[in-house]
Amino acid sequence: MSIADERLAEAPMDPEEAARQRRQRRDRIGRWLVPLVVGALAIWGWDRIVVVNEIPHYILPRPGLVAKTLWIDWATLASSLIITLKVACAALLAAIIGGVGIAVLFTQSRWLEMALYPYAVILQVTPVISIAPLILIYMDTVPAIILCAWIVAFFPILSNTTLGLNSTDHNLRDLFTIYGATRWQRLRFLQLPSALPYFLGGLRIAGGLSLIGAVVAEFAAGTGGMGAGLAFRILEAGYRLNIPRMFAALFLIAGAGVAIYALTSFISHLLLRKWHESAIKREV
Amino acid sequence: MSGTETLDAATISARPPLMRLDQVGKTFGRDVVALRGMALDVRQGDFISLLGPSGCGKSTALRLIAGLIHPSAGRIRWDGPQELGVVFQEPTLMPWATVEDNVWLPMRLKHRSKASVKADIAEALELVGLTGFEGAYPRELSGGMKMRVSIARAMVTKPSLILMDEPFAALDEITRFKLNNDLLAMKEKIGCTVIFVTHSVFESVFLSDRIVIMAARPGRVIEELTVAEPYPRTEVFRTSAEYAAHCRSASEALKRAMGEPV
Ligand SMILES: Nc1ncnc2c1ncn2[C@@H]1O[C@H](COP(=O)(O)OP(=O)(O)O)[C@@H](O)[C@H]1O
Ligand SMILES: [Mg+2]
Repeated sequence: MSIADERLAEAPMDPEEAARQRRQRRDRIGRWLVPLVVGALAIWGWDRIVVVNEIPHYILPRPGLVAKTLWIDWATLASSLIITLKVACAALLAAIIGGVGIAVLFTQSRWLEMALYPYAVILQVTPVISIAPLILIYMDTVPAIILCAWIVAFFPILSNTTLGLNSTDHNLRDLFTIYGATRWQRLRFLQLPSALPYFLGGLRIAGGLSLIGAVVAEFAAGTGGMGAGLAFRILEAGYRLNIPRMFAALFLIAGAGVAIYALTSFISHLLLRKWHESAIKREV
Repeated sequence: MSGTETLDAATISARPPLMRLDQVGKTFGRDVVALRGMALDVRQGDFISLLGPSGCGKSTALRLIAGLIHPSAGRIRWDGPQELGVVFQEPTLMPWATVEDNVWLPMRLKHRSKASVKADIAEALELVGLTGFEGAYPRELSGGMKMRVSIARAMVTKPSLILMDEPFAALDEITRFKLNNDLLAMKEKIGCTVIFVTHSVFESVFLSDRIVIMAARPGRVIEELTVAEPYPRTEVFRTSAEYAAHCRSASEALKRAMGEPV
């Protein structure tokens, strides 16, 4: 350390800079703390409402009772959670394969894209709850539920990946032409890497949608089906007026959705952190 | 063309032919005449600048030579080897690839493994002064450094002709001067031919031995100037009386091309 450096270290920090750093520290803690406090307050408020109004637990249970139910019924609920998660993951995997595969086919043939894209849109805008009963007639319960979840999840991957494959830099495209790149080289070295950030954006949406699709299809399958996913548990508990268990299952579904979102975001961060603007931490 | 020799118009016109444009024209749509009747003999070792206002068909001429578009009239003939390198106005690097992988691209597309061309990549990076940055990603580099990577990529295959479309227009003047100097040294080292698009009179005089003046609406060649000053050209040349004289005659030619009184 030279003398100049030492003097710098001792000098008082620029007040504006110091304020900025304080603000950053506050923001970092606040980002976690504030939502936690809001959540705690909401739960406390809920508890007070139930106690003050003397609401019976078969109408609105106290939060403590929901937690207790979650604990006692854990074995049943966890196995249902796993069933729902498996279906959602299978649908998401199929959505990735189908979405990316079809997007690649579309970029290889404009005619194919013109012919099929409108029908992909129609499939997407038709509410899955209205298709599910039909699919359940023609297929076994589990594959039918997976298909329903797939229908919901695959479109964001298809549309985002298609957009990404077509958003390559035009100068890079020219460069590939000048160097005589083959179709395959263009796809492998230019289009797929360009599409990666778009695809990952689609994946984050599709992750949540695959869970929604799975739960909706389970509801459509009802208690008559063979599935025993979380939606089945909610229906079953509803018939028995076991409201605490309905809440417990609901919390598990929400938690699974958050977990899927966090996981896809993390994967996205891992794949892009080296080179993509979105992964760069900005000062200020 | 070694440094101490004098360079005169006769030496320049005695170079062996590389390619020629024969009354080449290009019309977009029904009536946008981007280029009309362009004739140009490109000889091996030339440093040609295409100088003119925007819209005079400079980029169109480069795209025709690169084979990205085809002439609507006339033809393009190659007499020497047809190996191209290209540098655009933006560095046009692949953001997901390291510096090394970006420079590897032209050879990768020719199915050459990275191991087999390691020495060529290292040589190209040394030529542009970026040894040690092999593993860096484009976003970690300054604008000037990105442009150097782009030049290394164009030169790594030792092409016979390098096309540059206003490569330094977006850079600050200090960086531009430095890159001008280095570009001449690089060209000398690999002995290629360069066609360089610019709208800077000073840049064209400093770099080239032939300046092709172009005018717009319709895009066409007005006249050609020769800058018969020996290479290597350094900062000394930039401040010489000869440089000033060439700049004056080039800007007068440009004014004539744009239909202004000289
Ligand atoms: N692909 C194209 N389609 C239609 N017009 C074009 C196209 N490319 C260039 N032009 C027109 O041709 C003329 C010359 O363009 P360009 O070669 O880019 O000029 P410069 O590079 O000298 O500025 C301009 O008027 C431009 O608008
Ligand atoms: Mg241009």
